Amino acid sequence: MGFAPSSCFIYFSGSHRGESMELFFAQFLNGISLGSIYALIALGYTMVYGIIQLINFAHGEILMVGAFVGFFAITIFGFNLFFAMLLAMLASVILGVLIERVAYKPLRGSGRLAVLITAIGMSLLLQNGGLQILGTSYQAFPQVIPKKAFHFLGDKITITSYQLLILAVTIVMMLFLNYIVNKTKTGKAMRAVSHDRDAALMMGINVDNIISVTFAIGSAFAAVAGVLLGLYYQTVHPLMGLMPGLKAFVAAVLGGIGIIPGAMAGGFLLGIIEALVSGYWSTTYRDVVVFAILIIILIVKPSGLFGKDTGEKV
Amino acid sequence: MKALGLKKNLAITAVLVALYFAIAYAIKINLINPFQQVNLIWMGINIILAVSLNVIVGFTGQLALGHAGFMAIGAYVSTVLTMNMGLPFFFAIVLGALAACFVGLLIGLPTLRLRGDYLAIATLGFGEIIRGLLVNIDYVGGAAGINGIPKLTNWPWLFAFTVASVLLIKNFIDSTHGRACIAIRENEIAADVMGINTTRYKVMAFSVGAFFAGIAGGLYAHYFYLIRPATFTFMRSFDALVMVVFGGLGSITGSVIAAAAVTILNATLQSLGAIRMVIYAALLVVVMIFRPQGLLGTKEFTLRTLLGKKEGVGKDAYRKQAD
Amino acid sequence: MLIVNRLTKTFGGLTAVSNVDLEIKEGELIGLIGPNGAGKTTVFNLLTGVYLPSSGEMAFEGKSLARLKPYQITARGVSRTFQNIRLFSTMTVLDNVKVAYHWHDRYSVANAFLRLPGYFRGEKKTTRAAMELLEVFGLAQKAEELAKNLPYGEQRHLEIARALAANPRLLLLDEPAAGMNPQETQELMDLIAQIRQQFNLTILLIEHDMSLVMKICERIYVLDYGKVIAEGVPAEIKQNPRVIEAYLGREA
Repeated sequence: MGFAPSSCFIYFSGSHRGESMELFFAQFLNGISLGSIYALIALGYTMVYGIIQLINFAHGEILMVGAFVGFFAITIFGFNLFFAMLLAMLASVILGVLIERVAYKPLRGSGRLAVLITAIGMSLLLQNGGLQILGTSYQAFPQVIPKKAFHFLGDKITITSYQLLILAVTIVMMLFLNYIVNKTKTGKAMRAVSHDRDAALMMGINVDNIISVTFAIGSAFAAVAGVLLGLYYQTVHPLMGLMPGLKAFVAAVLGGIGIIPGAMAGGFLLGIIEALVSGYWSTTYRDVVVFAILIIILIVKPSGLFGKDTGEKV
Repeated sequence: MKALGLKKNLAITAVLVALYFAIAYAIKINLINPFQQVNLIWMGINIILAVSLNVIVGFTGQLALGHAGFMAIGAYVSTVLTMNMGLPFFFAIVLGALAACFVGLLIGLPTLRLRGDYLAIATLGFGEIIRGLLVNIDYVGGAAGINGIPKLTNWPWLFAFTVASVLLIKNFIDSTHGRACIAIRENEIAADVMGINTTRYKVMAFSVGAFFAGIAGGLYAHYFYLIRPATFTFMRSFDALVMVVFGGLGSITGSVIAAAAVTILNATLQSLGAIRMVIYAALLVVVMIFRPQGLLGTKEFTLRTLLGKKEGVGKDAYRKQAD
Repeated sequence: MLIVNRLTKTFGGLTAVSNVDLEIKEGELIGLIGPNGAGKTTVFNLLTGVYLPSSGEMAFEGKSLARLKPYQITARGVSRTFQNIRLFSTMTVLDNVKVAYHWHDRYSVANAFLRLPGYFRGEKKTTRAAMELLEVFGLAQKAEELAKNLPYGEQRHLEIARALAANPRLLLLDEPAAGMNPQETQELMDLIAQIRQQFNLTILLIEHDMSLVMKICERIYVLDYGKVIAEGVPAEIKQNPRVIEAYLGREA
């Protein structure tokens, strides 16, 4: 029943420990890339949690499915990256909404524990289904864009084309999300449901549809994150969603669960911390530090860095 | 009342003694083959894990996902004690359990102020931290773990530890301290106002659960020859949670039956190869959707229920975890 | 016995209780009344530590209660019931009451785990005490039933029994007669009078049913919009124009 945490950490910029500035910038940029991906995943967690107070444990597996769809679109059908991502998003959206409708919706109103266990069960099902169908070996993700390095400040800073790509895609996605949430009717309805579901229901909002839309958006983001993760690690694997999923949840808590800008900031922050720990200390302490941050934030400020403390009602 | 209690105890003792010797004999004459023996050991370990987790999740109503971490501590500490310090098996297991209990106490104090999902994720995080720290301790072999652990867990020890664990936990639950825990699950505010120090009892439930998870870990280590940090992932915690839920939240006998059943199911499905896990996960989701209170329902199975008499604490103890 | 001084509680921008002063002497039976949303239950929640006060003081028998947790306040001798019944619903009636003995009468954890003689002595003692208490409330025959299966009126009785098991000197009753018919209300009043005598209690009572309050309370505090607007004996309160306005203004 064990699983292998994603331990293959590949550095795009060769880190020479001799030059401290170089190392710092290399790790920092690595952290930004990884953080972008965490942020994209964390957005899905935070939106779903904001609306139905569920930790969607299957989110990491929705990401994995997206990554594989993107992988096959490129390797088998010869799609370019853009269309591969679109196809991945489509597949993940269908999966995400399906999971919500089939597994979570029937349990709305029953205990939290039951839904949480169902979520973990879905996650397990997809992981093991993935291992069964896709095999247990790591598969090499193709190079979709030429690998180039750009140098600044007399070679002190090296940015790779992959890092730029990941960052650019993330920024585009975030602008897109910002538009949906703040400028569209659906976004307004999402915010209303997240604020007070019963009131939203009374105002004539179709809460079920909004929940589905939220899952759809979160899943689309997970798919993009999945493809980017494939690019970042240059591999795909049926269990690739597990650890990034958990860590992205930590990022969401760090920023303040249910708060969209919080998830973005939490993702970036966590990615940078993780990269710096790996660079300056040891990769084996990476996960320990990430989860230690989770515990500290939960104890010191459970509402997260961006959250407001609200009193409990009796 | 008293006569019935005495009769009941005698009957249970008789059944247990018979069970012990029947299986010991079956092992001796090879009626239970080595493969089945492995499952027998797993059954005992799973029963201890499920019942101990039930103290936290089922009886006290606190969702914890870090049980594998406590199991790991019990496993590592007891292994170091038998292998490196030459301590007798029994003392090593108990000291390992005490170490797990102590860590449970340390973890419980700050985190148990958290509620619901946050507690779940915090305990999950702690489980991963424990595992991550083990990877970094060279003394216990780092990521490779410890191998060549003497095979000291056998049927008599397993039986003794399992029965003792279940009995001790039952005694705890059926006492004023257990009632305090159940009251927290039932209504935390009312429990507090009725004079229960809720934090203290949550921590106590957590430490009791951790202690027995530590025993399960020690028994595991001394049967399976090898322990590694990867043995104690959060999937192991989740396994235990599944048994608790299948058996019913707040039912000790339910946990025992579910743990035994899941072990047998695991062994049976093993012949199906890797697809076993797919079926297992699908079954889990289906059970949750159609019967969220758990497969076996919520009752405590006792001689009294068998005789059709009314039942006290624990009966029908499932309730929504939503606040 | 209980002195409350300028007690205030705000939730965000909303002031639920504002500068409330109360004084209760030993043995009194005091009523706390007011329109819906006046802050009565919030006062109870402050007195029992469920909420922490935003400002103000409260002292019970000369000792401050202001920063204490609910269980610590219970240990000082204050106990209560809840307006929206908060029984331990899937525990038996007997166990509901036994839980409240826990803080003042329990045996060690070792006794519990190992079933040492202390366990049996302790269980026997609390069971007997709890059964005596249930007898007072006419619930002894139902001791083994689950609390959630009791009819509504008996659930309210069980709440009072449980509160008494916590051994209070000051008992806070939050709308004990809510949802009861006149006959049940009458029986409840008799019961309150009886336990007050028998257990030597001082009682503070929130009630909506004016007839009940006027009949049994010796003094009444009236709360409106979180403030005390009147205080006095029932006859005075009945005449008080501000009280009449507070009630007629919104409820008639």
